[in-house]
Amino acid sequence: MCCGTGCRASQSEQIIANLQEILLQKELQEEVQVVRTGCFGFCEKGPVIKIVPDNTFYTEVKPEDAELIVQEHLIKGRKVDRLLYLNPETQEHEPDSKHITFYKKQYRIALRNCGFINPENIDEYIARDGYLALGKAITEMTPEGVIQEITASGLRGRGGGGFPTGVKWNFTCKVEATQKYVVCNADEGDPGAFMDRSILEGDPHSVLEAMAINGYCTGASKGLIYIRAEYPLAIERLKIAIAQAEEYGLLGEHILGTDFSFDIELRYGAGAFVCGEETALIHSMEGLRGEATLKPPFPSERGYNGFPTNVNNVETYANIPVILLKGADWFQQIGTEKSKGTKVFALAGKVNNVGLIEVPMGTTLREVIFGIGGGIKDGKRFKAVQTGGPSGGCLTDKHLDRPIDYDNLIQAGSMMGSGGMIVMDEDDCMVAMAKFYLDFTVEESCGKCSPCRIGNKRLYEILDRITKGRGTLDDLDNLRNLGSVIKDTALCGLGQTSPNPVLSTLDNFMEEYEAHIIDHKCPAGQCKALLSYVIDPYKCTGCTLCARNCPANAITGERKIPHVIDTKLCIKCGVCMEKCRFGAITVQ
Amino acid sequence: MNKVKSLDDLRKMRESVRASLDLREKSDHPDQMVQVKVSMATCGIATGAKEIMNYFIEALNRKKVDALVTQTGCMGYCYAEPTVEITLPGKDPLVFGYVTKAKVDELIDKYIKEGILLDDILPITYTVVKPE
Ligand SMILES: Cc1cc2nc3c(=O)[nH]c(=O)nc-3n(C[C@H](O)[C@H](O)[C@H](O)COP(=O)(O)O)c2cc1C
Ligand code: SF4
Ligand code: SF4
Repeated sequence: MCCGTGCRASQSEQIIANLQEILLQKELQEEVQVVRTGCFGFCEKGPVIKIVPDNTFYTEVKPEDAELIVQEHLIKGRKVDRLLYLNPETQEHEPDSKHITFYKKQYRIALRNCGFINPENIDEYIARDGYLALGKAITEMTPEGVIQEITASGLRGRGGGGFPTGVKWNFTCKVEATQKYVVCNADEGDPGAFMDRSILEGDPHSVLEAMAINGYCTGASKGLIYIRAEYPLAIERLKIAIAQAEEYGLLGEHILGTDFSFDIELRYGAGAFVCGEETALIHSMEGLRGEATLKPPFPSERGYNGFPTNVNNVETYANIPVILLKGADWFQQIGTEKSKGTKVFALAGKVNNVGLIEVPMGTTLREVIFGIGGGIKDGKRFKAVQTGGPSGGCLTDKHLDRPIDYDNLIQAGSMMGSGGMIVMDEDDCMVAMAKFYLDFTVEESCGKCSPCRIGNKRLYEILDRITKGRGTLDDLDNLRNLGSVIKDTALCGLGQTSPNPVLSTLDNFMEEYEAHIIDHKCPAGQCKALLSYVIDPYKCTGCTLCARNCPANAITGERKIPHVIDTKLCIKCGVCMEKCRFGAITVQ
Repeated sequence: MNKVKSLDDLRKMRESVRASLDLREKSDHPDQMVQVKVSMATCGIATGAKEIMNYFIEALNRKKVDALVTQTGCMGYCYAEPTVEITLPGKDPLVFGYVTKAKVDELIDKYIKEGILLDDILPITYTVVKPE
């Protein structure tokens, strides 16, 4: 019996009680066990029951159905048709959960080995075809052939930009140079994102293998992984993996008896967001300040120490070995027209099943949030979802049924980014959210160009004013104008995207901005400066408890007579509301 | 360790490690090894997966149950960490969430020893691309 939050809310506990009682009556309690499970990600059709070992999947079960299930299914061995999952496409009842296409909603390619293998044992990786793609590439294919396969697969960079990976490899390959480099971008600076970390911690060899393949294609003999020092476990597992691969001769000189040699070293970042941007990353590796520089020249032409450098993201690499083994045609079939394959997301915020998920491109936000994510916590109302972290925008109700892919998200005013997905509910203030991200970008701006260094600071100040009730209607125009100028004129991707959270909330939640400015109210009740605590004189019994606990001595009143809060003295700590036993204090 | 010298070598090696892993996984010999995998990525460790793993090993020794305990990466169920996957000989693997020390004892006494299912099984909600 699914006892995820969704099913629990629709009486799964009652169903369990009924099942147990009936099993007891029929003296089947020894033969049949009723077990609570975590969420099936099927909340729209809950409560759900799965019967093993025959894999029957019952949906929308009611407490009174318990008897029928025991009588018919468990005793007589006849499945209860009415409760079987109805396939929406064929309109047929599915007798076996193995056929339910729902489970294809999550398809693991990049995460194929995470949680399956011991990341510290190269044998387990090899057992699952590890290093076979590298072997195939360097012994049976030409570099051009490999690049062609990757290009044909339609794989696009998972680090944020979505640039076609094969095209990038081809650029780096075509540049003539005495030395070239392959770099893995493992900086992962978005707040709340942990996709790359999980891949490196769960399946480090897949990244090493792909970097070697990239080396073979581009003519590089050296790989560098730029990883933030805040990821000690990932670093340790990478070190173990590199040592094991070298020991097996899968990295190093003359790999698999060929002329191809490749080795990999780690470089540590100090955790600056801008160092995830490829030019800043390269400068940081060179020992220079982590500042972005103008492109072109692209790293593919002139990168690390002036040599052609191919930079790709961790997740991009994790896809490569599978593509080579299964072929571009196979990969092509997954996803949407212009975005192929799957994407890993770190699902966080106000959803029930916070976690790491991988879905084919084209899955809708609704399927992710209300299916896999199990819906909104505590039965609250969904308000928005922020994709793409500080560079992205927020999407609302009206975007829920849009298929997720690079182009759709940009069209909706957000972006794929690296895969952070933060879900917000009715208690989240959108102005405060935009301010939070701006605070982050102001802090993380490298300061090299003025639009970003000064412009973002001004954006932040305006937002701060609005959240304190001191904004004007002119501020709204200023936010919009300034935001678009910053986007157009900033030097690197950080500044070019930093106004997105502001602009998208202006587009989707204008009424919240207006409420702050015109009514001096925060509809979500989050902006402290706009809240006022008041005592309802009809409910207050004059018990004096609040007055005795107020740290600011803001409450006055005599015993047995309704008390009053002096709003000028009140510091809005909320203690009085917590203490009041009569629910007389509210916040408005 | 001898280096892997060719693609053929690598394929042979894959077959031999697969065979030894398979022996561990699929055998339905009753006294065959039980396998326990603890999800040990940063998210798991932050919720105490390391202690759970150590406790599992200790409890198995104490209860004289033969089982192979290994670590693995993130299974994706961050909301239910620590998570542990148990494979009994000849059975499909099962993932249990919200594992505490008390739960470990229960898992050994009830599930591993007697095959009795326990609460907080996490359903597998995804398909994985298959190796060759
Ligand atoms: C401010 C900023 C931060 C970035 N952070 C990351 C990051 O943490 N990880 C990453 O892979 N790419 C990041 N990128 C994108 C990289 O510049 C680059 O496009 C990417 O690593 C290329 O790899 P891909 O083609 O495989 O996506 C960032 C870009 C910008 C502008
Ligand atoms: S946009 Fe911001 S982070 Fe990028 S170069 Fe300019 S100041 Fe630096
Ligand atoms: S919110 Fe805090 S400061 Fe304000 S009246 Fe209540 S207890 Fe006093």
